[in-house]
Amino acid sequence: MASKVIQAFYDDDDVLMHAVKKVKAAKHHIEEVYCPFPVHGLDKAMGLAPTRIAITSFMYGCLGLTVAIVMMNYIMIQDWPQDIGGKPSFSYIENMPAFVPVMFELTVFFAAHLMVITFYLRSRLWPFKKAENPDARSTDDHFIMEVEAHGSADALAALLQETGAVEIKTVEK
Amino acid sequence: MYTFSNRLKIGSVILMALGLMGMAIGFVSAPSTVEEAKALVAAHDDGHGSGHGEAAAVADHGEAAHGEAAHGEESHGSSHDEHLLHQLQNRPWAALYVAAFFFFMIALGVLAFYAIQRAAQAGWSPLLFRVMEGITAYLVPGGIVVFVILVLSVLHMNHLFTWMDPETVAHDELLQGKAGYLNPTFFLVRAAIFLGGWIAYREISRRLSLAQDKADDHSNFKKNFKWSAAFLVFYLVTESMMSWDWIMSVDPHWFSTLFGWYVFASMFVSGITTIALVTIYLKSRGYLPDVNNSHIHDLAKFMFGISIFWTYLWFGQFMLIWYADIPEEVTYFVTRIEDFKLPFFGMVAMNFVFPLLVLMNSDYKRVNWFVVMTGIVVLMGHYLDVFVMIMPATVGDQWYIGIPEIGGVLFFAGAFIYWVFNTLTKAPLQPTNNPFIEESRQFHY
Repeated sequence: MASKVIQAFYDDDDVLMHAVKKVKAAKHHIEEVYCPFPVHGLDKAMGLAPTRIAITSFMYGCLGLTVAIVMMNYIMIQDWPQDIGGKPSFSYIENMPAFVPVMFELTVFFAAHLMVITFYLRSRLWPFKKAENPDARSTDDHFIMEVEAHGSADALAALLQETGAVEIKTVEK
Repeated sequence: MYTFSNRLKIGSVILMALGLMGMAIGFVSAPSTVEEAKALVAAHDDGHGSGHGEAAAVADHGEAAHGEAAHGEESHGSSHDEHLLHQLQNRPWAALYVAAFFFFMIALGVLAFYAIQRAAQAGWSPLLFRVMEGITAYLVPGGIVVFVILVLSVLHMNHLFTWMDPETVAHDELLQGKAGYLNPTFFLVRAAIFLGGWIAYREISRRLSLAQDKADDHSNFKKNFKWSAAFLVFYLVTESMMSWDWIMSVDPHWFSTLFGWYVFASMFVSGITTIALVTIYLKSRGYLPDVNNSHIHDLAKFMFGISIFWTYLWFGQFMLIWYADIPEEVTYFVTRIEDFKLPFFGMVAMNFVFPLLVLMNSDYKRVNWFVVMTGIVVLMGHYLDVFVMIMPATVGDQWYIGIPEIGGVLFFAGAFIYWVFNTLTKAPLQPTNNPFIEESRQFHY
């Protein structure tokens, strides 16, 4: 079923912020806002749920730490026991100080890389992906607010006009 | 204007009185003869059924070497007993010194943080400048107390610094080699220069900060920027030397090249924590209306970050020495792990694991009681840090956190609170004419 959306173009992030708040206050559903750069506080104004990426990052960090411990234990203690720093104890815990840098690095490595990959997947970004933005100007100097039009599209258009939109388009999706 | 509430004032005076009593008990109950010292340790051993006396034989490398060289003809036992006496006599002094230095270091850490804010022309923090200036006011009394303790050490009132004893140096080639730098006169001259420089910057910056509120241009603000940048250069050099002089030299044979950074990390995180605690206290009393939870969030981020930085240095210093395993270096950690296991590893839990887990979540950094709870643990952890830096070389395995130690903390905590909050009453809590004050008021994240 085709739905109708109204795209309102803005040329200033402050104007956009005020417009988003007004449109939210008028109980319209903002589907998406396309920006040439991140606008501070826009997610809160749009009422988006807070990000959960930090939780995934913590879990990936724990995974990295575990991988480091298991890996170093296998390589340095079990598979080919090493005399570390002239202290041939052949015990993981007694040689632990030597492994801490590896444990730290892999924790950070897993947390950082898997978090970025998660972010890309969650944002549906992958190589050769076609751009989703409706108008090329959103990569240059315009902000585009996409609002779902149900009921009277004219009243919504009038509201958007009032908030300082420089251009308004109605699009069938 | 802030008014120093009577409750807080009486509380700080009570703390000082209790602390003074505790320290006095410590000094009075310290043994004055070898027999008394042996009796004390024997009583202690009977009571707890543990063999502390035997472990004392390996207590301090330098001291033991000196003992054998100086009293070669005597039996090892008698020099060991004398060593024990010195350790027990040192205990009230070391307790006093650790507490005095800890609260002094908080003020110095805040001064460094303040100077960085000034030199960076930070926009978020000007609302907190008066709080920081209040805390740095404690540099004057705190610095004088530390200096007096150092002078008394030079006068042989205690044995905190073994290298100050000419008898020890005469039998110790390593100390003779260091005597050009590590001698009592130069030591006190350096201490005077460090303290003089820090206090001078604090007074100049405070005066310019107050003058800026009455001025109609920004000249005071610009001058403050220049003084702060110059101070940071002076501070980075003198703080490092101070840490060698006042702390590292209690183990005069041992050295670590990152010790200055390590002490810096400890004072920096303690200072930032204290700023957060004082700010939250003032806010809870209805002052500082423009300070919002984003300011607290930023302070908590610093607490979190510098706690990790401290751990990095704690571990970095340990790992290199552990790995190389060179006898003159590892003695430092051997004594700490054998005789100070609980505080040595306990402080890692308090200074690293606890703030890491509690303050990791972004939202928790804005919740006042979370910040206060973490702050108290972090401050106790850094007291332990100073404790573990000073005690092994001065009291060895005769350490205990008892009446003299707690008394020292209470006394200096009371003095700190009294001095800081008394200074806060002297000027409006919010600067009016700082060019960044509006940015700080609007600060949100």
